[in-house]
Formats: sequence, structure tokens, C-alpha cells
Amino acid sequence: MEREEVAVRHVMERYPATRTNLLEILHEIQRAEPRHYLSEASLQAVAEYLRMPLAEVMDAASFYSMYSLTPRGRHVVRVCVSPPCRLFGGEALLKALKERLGVEVGQTTADGAFTLETSSCLGACGNAPALMIDGELFDDVTDAKAAEIIYRVRREDATR
Amino acid sequence: MPRGKTDPKDSARIVLANCGAIDPESLDAAVAAGAYEGLRKVIAERIPPQAVVDEVTRSGLRGRGGAGFPTGKKWSLTAPGAVKYLVCNADEGEPGTFKDRLILEGDPHELVEGMILAGYAIGAREGFVYIRGEYTRSIERMTRAIDQARAAGFLGERILGSDFAFDVVVKRGAGAYVCGDETALIESIEGKRGFPRLKPPYPGQVGLWGHPTVVNNVETLANVPAIVRRGAAWFRSFGTPASPGTKVFLILGDVERPGAIEAEMGTPLRTIVEEYGGGVRGGRRFKGALIGGAAGAFVSEKQIDVAMDFDTPKAQAGAVLGSGSVLVLDEDASVPKLLDEVLEFFEHESCGQCTPCRAGTAQLVRILRRALTSERRGEDLDRLVALAQAMRDTSLCPLGQSPILPIESALRHFRDEFLTCAVPVGRL
Ligand SMILES: Cc1cc2nc3c(=O)[nH]c(=O)nc-3n(C[C@H](O)[C@H](O)[C@H](O)COP(=O)(O)O)c2cc1C
Ligand code: SF4
Ligand code: FES
Repeated sequence: MEREEVAVRHVMERYPATRTNLLEILHEIQRAEPRHYLSEASLQAVAEYLRMPLAEVMDAASFYSMYSLTPRGRHVVRVCVSPPCRLFGGEALLKALKERLGVEVGQTTADGAFTLETSSCLGACGNAPALMIDGELFDDVTDAKAAEIIYRVRREDATR
Repeated sequence: MPRGKTDPKDSARIVLANCGAIDPESLDAAVAAGAYEGLRKVIAERIPPQAVVDEVTRSGLRGRGGAGFPTGKKWSLTAPGAVKYLVCNADEGEPGTFKDRLILEGDPHELVEGMILAGYAIGAREGFVYIRGEYTRSIERMTRAIDQARAAGFLGERILGSDFAFDVVVKRGAGAYVCGDETALIESIEGKRGFPRLKPPYPGQVGLWGHPTVVNNVETLANVPAIVRRGAAWFRSFGTPASPGTKVFLILGDVERPGAIEAEMGTPLRTIVEEYGGGVRGGRRFKGALIGGAAGAFVSEKQIDVAMDFDTPKAQAGAVLGSGSVLVLDEDASVPKLLDEVLEFFEHESCGQCTPCRAGTAQLVRILRRALTSERRGEDLDRLVALAQAMRDTSLCPLGQSPILPIESALRHFRDEFLTCAVPVGRL
């Protein structure tokens, strides 16, 4: 078996092979995969493990916005674009991030570090605007604060 | 504690009583603050399940997930069955809403106890709490609280030495607003894409894996321990006769102090904006508000004295309490732009299962944008309303039935602004 396949098996076997665990398994495989996505090979492995048709695994995997079927960067930045955040700085924040990272929504920076995405309300609009990086939530995000977060993440990567 | 903090001046606290006051990662702290006393009482006094249902029915508790359905009645209407499930809806995705997150992160044991008591009342042995995938910390805190409760004998077999067995499993969502709909949520727990089911049958008859299932919101269930511990009469001393208890309100937008507060049901909108929210930012004029999130409705300054309970906003202002979110707009806010964003939200979140909603939500965005640049705005705006009405009548689930509310209320109060404004609306 190839290394990735072993990793996928390793993740799956922590869960009983019943369909109710599908979303959980997909989350964990995606997290373990360095490029944070669900490859066809891993979806195939999940289908075999859960004894489900591949089409039904694909059906679910393609439905939910937190899953990606194409490779992403080492870090995923998700900016909230729901109405409350958009009204209070979210649009400017997204624009600033596009410029800072030099990408459009859905794209990955040339160095493979960041993928820029949008998200619906993150439940932080008491302190809008909000964004999330790799599952960590940040609120009251000014352009300066976004720059600082990006810088910090890059530095952590460099020292790893 | 999550930000969007609670205000020390809350008029009454039931569900948020411990939030911010105790360490949410400590079972001892929760127990010292009264956690699991309701459960102990039920077990020690051998209170039968039906009596718990009756107490909750008498309390008048209504669902905090948006619709206000009486909780005791929902529990009573559950079909008999050897296998039943309790599901806690923690998919909180309504834009402008973060009340369930405060409970999940600030006092998870209150919710765990509420789930145990609800499971006991309806005769379920297993419960699921479906938490949206973006709520990383909520997932961690609930998972920890459940493990602690199990280790302490509040969950599992022979709870507190009785014959009652119940356990709770955390399920993670993966980013789909529609999964907040109880039937889509059930599909999602079953490991499928979140397509809503046609109702009836309701989950109480045919739910998770075909078994009778009660789906309740986080805030609803978080009220249950206090009701069991202190009684229905105590609960009814808060709020109004038709909407007893408290509500968590989320105050956002152009206010001095955005955040969450818990206040009695029936608190006037003016009190929420002026006292708890500190008034409109910079002493500006209150133009109106979007209440209840994207699936909510606009109110104008004329309605600032409306009592915020389940029925008055509907009767007096054509609005809904919904999730309890109050997005305040000052004199400079653009209602057309906000409506445009709301419609874009619906377009994005439509699951695509039925045509009226899939095609309709995209059309709504297109028609509004055309209206705001065309010569004959009035006609286009009428078309917008007609389409949203048709969607209300033909869509499969409440998502496609909802856009009529913000559209119709925005035009009722702010039509002139739609006829004259020059807002650049467009995709991000
Ligand atoms: C599109 C859509 C999204 C919903 N989102 C939520 C939600 O995030 N949380 C929630 O509790 N109920 C939500 N609901 C309502 C649920 O279907 C259900 O009525 C509720 O969970 C019942 O709980 P309650 O009786 O305690 O209010 C949503 C409904 C729809 C149609
Ligand atoms: S109304 Fe919309 S969200 Fe509901 S089932 Fe139809 S397409 Fe899906
Ligand atoms: S609208 Fe952005 S966090 Fe709620």
C-alpha cells in the first residue's frame, strides 16, 4: 500500500464502519491530508470501508462546503460573507485579503501556503467581521489584524 | 468565554446563568453551580417520565429554534416505539445568531443535563448533538462535557444507580445551512447529503433511521434543567403567558454595545436596542432592524415598541422572533443592499433539491439587481414579490418558503428607498 492509503486506513479504522460516521471520517481524512482535500483515492477507500457505492460518498462529499475535492493550501482561510459581516467590514476585509495573498476566492497562493475561501455566518457577528483559519476563529478582524495572523502562520510554518 | 459577551445587566438569566461565571471545562464547577440537580431529583424522587413531560408542558416552554412550537406538546406527540432518539439541533447557522454557541462553550453541562432529562421524558436511550462543523470550540467543549458526565455516572447504563440508560454522541456538520432544518439534519446524521425530507411524516413519527425522533434546539433543551429543578410555576414567572421564560437576544449592527443578552420574553425592542445595546451608535437615528436573521423580517422605526415574544411581532409588525437576532440599522444603512445580501445568502444555501427554490433563489438576486438599475423599478419589485410568493407556496422546505418574509417586509417599510436609491450591488 502507498503511504497515503495507509494514512487513510489509519484514520478510518478509528470509527466503526457504519454510514453515520461518514461525515466524521471525511473530516478527519481531509485534516490528515497535507493539502486538506478529499482525493478520489481516499473517497474510494471510504466507499469500500463503509460498503457504500462510491457515487453516494461523492454525493455527500460534494454537498458540504467544508469539504474540498481539489487540493488546497497548507492553510485554509475562510472569510465570513453573511450579511452582518458584510455590512460591518467583511467586504473590505475580503478585498484586502485577496490583495495581500494575491489570489481570488477559491485560489491558492503560489507557495502553496494559503487557500482563500468564503464562509457563511461563523457565529461571531457580535464582533464582525470574522474569519477562520484552519478551524480557529478570529473576530474583530481589521486589515492589520489579518496581516498579523497571516504573518504568524507563515512564521510558524517556517520554524516547523 | 466566547466574545460577543453577555451583558451584566441582563434582565433575567436562566440558560446563560453560568456562562462566563464558571469554568466550562470543569464538571466540579458545573456541579457546584447546580448542574445535574434536576436529574438527581428525578431519579431520587422516582418521578415518572410522563410527569417530566407534564411539567415541561405546564411551563409553557416553546422551541427556541425559531418556530416556537410548544416543547411539551412535541414530546407528547412522539409516536410510541421501542427505539426512539433525541436530537439536539446545534447547527446554528442563521446569520447574526450565536446564542447556541454561548451555551455550548459557556455551560455545556447544562445542555448535557437538558438532553438527559429530555431523553428520559420521551423514552430515548440515545441522543445526538449535531454541532455545525465550523464550531470547533463548541465541539471540543461538548465532547469533553459528555465524557465527564459519563465518567461521573450521569450518562451511560444505570444512571445514578437507576434502571435508566442514556448516552449522547456528538455529530459534526460540514458546512450547510440547510442542515439546520430538522429533516435535513437527520439525513446528515445518517451520513447523507442534507436534503430536507417532505413533511409529514414529522420526525416525531418517522425520524432518524425511521424511528420516532424529537429534535430540539440547544437553547430549548438548556431551559429544561431549571424547569425540572424549580418547577413550571417558577418558569412562568418570567416572560408572558403565551411565551414564558427568557430569550437570548443577539444585538448587532449599528449599536454601541453589540453582544448577547438574556432577557424576559416580551421585552420591548426599544429596551433591547437602547438599554442592552446601548442605543444606536453615535447617537444616530434608529432606522429599523432585521429581526430573526436572513429568514427573518425587517421592522421600521415605527415598530420599535413591539414586544419581543413569539406572537406579538407577527401580529403587530408582520415580523418573527426567529433566532432572536436583532440587526440594528442606523439612518445611513442601506436596506436594498442588505436585502441583496440576504437574497445572495439564500441563493448560496439553497440545497437545489427542488426547482422553485433552486431556480427561484437565483432569480430573486437577478430581479432585485435589475430593479435597482432599471427604469421601471416598481414593476420589477412587484415581480420580486410575486416570485417569492410562488416560492412560498411551492418550495419543499421552509428555506425556499422564507425569502418572502425579508422581501415583503423590506418593501412594506422601505419601498421609497428601493425606488430612489443608487446602491451599487453586485457580487463580491
Ligand atoms: C433552513 C432551516 C434552518 C434551520 N436552522 C436551525 C438551526 O440552526 N437551529 C435550530 O435549532 N433550528 C433550526 N431550524 C428549525 C428546525 O427545523 C427545528 O424546527 C428546530 O430545531 C426545532 O427545535 P425547537 O422545537 O426546540 O425549536 C431551521 C429550519 C430551517 C428550515
Ligand atoms: S426549498 Fe430549497 S432548500 Fe428546501 S428542499 Fe427545496 S431546494 Fe432545498
Ligand atoms: S455574519 Fe459573519 S460571523 Fe455571523
